[in-house]
Amino acid sequence: MRWRRRPEAGAEEPAATPGAGIDLRDVGHEYGDRTVLSGVSLTLTERRVGVIGANGSGKSTFARLLNGLVVPTSGSVLVDGLDTRTQVRAVRRRVGFVFQDPDAQIVHPTVAEDLAFGPQNQGVPAEEIARRVEEMLDRYGLAGHRDHPAHLLSGGQKQLLAIAGVLAMRPQRIVFDEPTTLLDLANTRRVARVIDELEQDVVVVTHHLDLLAGFDRVLVVEDGRVAADGTPAETVPWYVARMD
Amino acid sequence: MPAGSGTFRRVKSRDLAYVALFAAIVAVLGLLPPVNVPGFPVPITAQTLGVMLAGSVLGAKRGGLALLVFLALVAMGAPLLSGGRGGLSVFAGPTAGYLYSWPIAAFVIGLLTQLFWRRFNLAWALVANLIGGILVIYAIGIPFTSLFGDVPLWASFTGSLTFIPGDVVKAVVASLVAVAVRRAYPVIELPSRRATAS
Amino acid sequence: MLSLYVPGRSVVHRAPAGLKLGLLAALGVGLFLTERPAVVGGALVGALAVGLGAARLPWRALAVQVRPVWLWLALLFVFHLLATDLRTGTVAVLRLLALLVTAAVVTATTRVTALVAVVEWLASPLRVFGVRPARIGLVIAMTLRFIPLVAERAARIREAQAARGAYRLRWGMAVPLLVQVLRMAATVGEALDARGADDAPARRPRARPAVAS
Repeated sequence: MRWRRRPEAGAEEPAATPGAGIDLRDVGHEYGDRTVLSGVSLTLTERRVGVIGANGSGKSTFARLLNGLVVPTSGSVLVDGLDTRTQVRAVRRRVGFVFQDPDAQIVHPTVAEDLAFGPQNQGVPAEEIARRVEEMLDRYGLAGHRDHPAHLLSGGQKQLLAIAGVLAMRPQRIVFDEPTTLLDLANTRRVARVIDELEQDVVVVTHHLDLLAGFDRVLVVEDGRVAADGTPAETVPWYVARMD
Repeated sequence: MPAGSGTFRRVKSRDLAYVALFAAIVAVLGLLPPVNVPGFPVPITAQTLGVMLAGSVLGAKRGGLALLVFLALVAMGAPLLSGGRGGLSVFAGPTAGYLYSWPIAAFVIGLLTQLFWRRFNLAWALVANLIGGILVIYAIGIPFTSLFGDVPLWASFTGSLTFIPGDVVKAVVASLVAVAVRRAYPVIELPSRRATAS
Repeated sequence: MLSLYVPGRSVVHRAPAGLKLGLLAALGVGLFLTERPAVVGGALVGALAVGLGAARLPWRALAVQVRPVWLWLALLFVFHLLATDLRTGTVAVLRLLALLVTAAVVTATTRVTALVAVVEWLASPLRVFGVRPARIGLVIAMTLRFIPLVAERAARIREAQAARGAYRLRWGMAVPLLVQVLRMAATVGEALDARGADDAPARRPRARPAVAS
């Protein structure tokens, strides 16, 4: 186990081009000898982007490429001009990530502590952290659970806490990896509304097609390639038709 | 430098999570009520099963760290030892040597497991768990009791003999589980140079 | 809930955690350097006076921590009566009791967060080996988070097996459970990165509420 900090440019912000979006250039990814993604070239600048596709199609890897959780084995991913391979810290400050299973994302035992975790890592001053924690507790109806253990929350509340924990870091974009797959209908609708109201740009990987109704752009991932790319009105019916 | 610097970075945080996970698993095993087995003189508690699993699933470093974290939590007053014991007083008690032995035992089991990893099967797993999970634990626990309570070594030794059958059962269970987990989700990754080094 | 801390505002409560732990360690060494019943007995009386008097701890708070080894102490005493003599036996038992009570007083009067800070401080020389002390607090917090999670997943797997007719608790369930939580831990590792755990400044501002109690 290597706990030593790597000598990397960590603190200073590398030069970025705000508004350039996420640029994938001939991106491929392989795990061992298995090709998960290949030849993906596109630029995401829209406010609302959806990604759909069958299980194992590569969309989860696609999502992880967007904030450097996975780096491409060929090609490159640039976020506002920052390469996810060499400037991963700066990239992650810009792009937040919400996982499918909130249990895997909540790392502190109580609600308020977990909300403070991200900003603490960013070195945000304590008073500002406290302010953000209050804001998030209020906004997502968690104020009554401030010091409660996270495992006592309902599934929907946990996912809201996971989202709030990312928002407390003030990212400019958020990638969601199947945020509603483990939720019931009521909570799915609630999370959909929360995503809809976000001021940040979002990329949502999902199996819930009705989440994508108001989206600007929807990609269909199939066998590690982008098989369709367009407005929801164009791609969703095409995708559904292929399922029959 | 392993292939793909992204995997290099991820390994660190994932190791932290694995360490915390096994510290938690040892704690949860302490919540299980002791099992009375007919013919056995003392009830079997599950906690040292966690020690064995930590070593044989995570390997030496991470397994040993998991037990250190667990003991740190106990020292801070979390009543996580079987029977709801905790706090600094358990580290001053006569049987505290067994607690101190846990991180070392997990480390030794992990070390042996890594050594046997390429040909790891039930037999090798048993060797690792019997040496690390029983020999090491008693080699530390028995002299500690004897020193701490001012009793001769033989008395401390015979007193602990009753626990050995239960520990053998645990070593068998831990070995079965470790072999199955290795097949389904191997966590230990050997550095490639080990192939030539040993 | 997951702690033996007893809230209070006494001098003992407010004393620095590092000082309390240091004194406990010193006592642990010091008591083994003497064989005089008066010194060892005095240490026990002193520990009780600090705990019950100065710190105003309830009897129960101390008894809870000492009770588990009660039987062992009795056996030890009997052994010494038979094998050595009354004086040696008394000293051996009083010595252990004094240590146990002192440790119980420290545990009951010190917040978990304060103890975590001491552990991080003690670990700071390990920086030489590349260990970052702030990580220790994080791993401890994650462990507290994982304990109910592992218990819950275990219960769920048990239900799933019961639904398929396997009613008895079997060790076979350990394998699917372990694989499931190992997978989850791998994702937690990703989440740590995504939430900037790797971004942490060398000294994190810590303003977190008490972990438990």
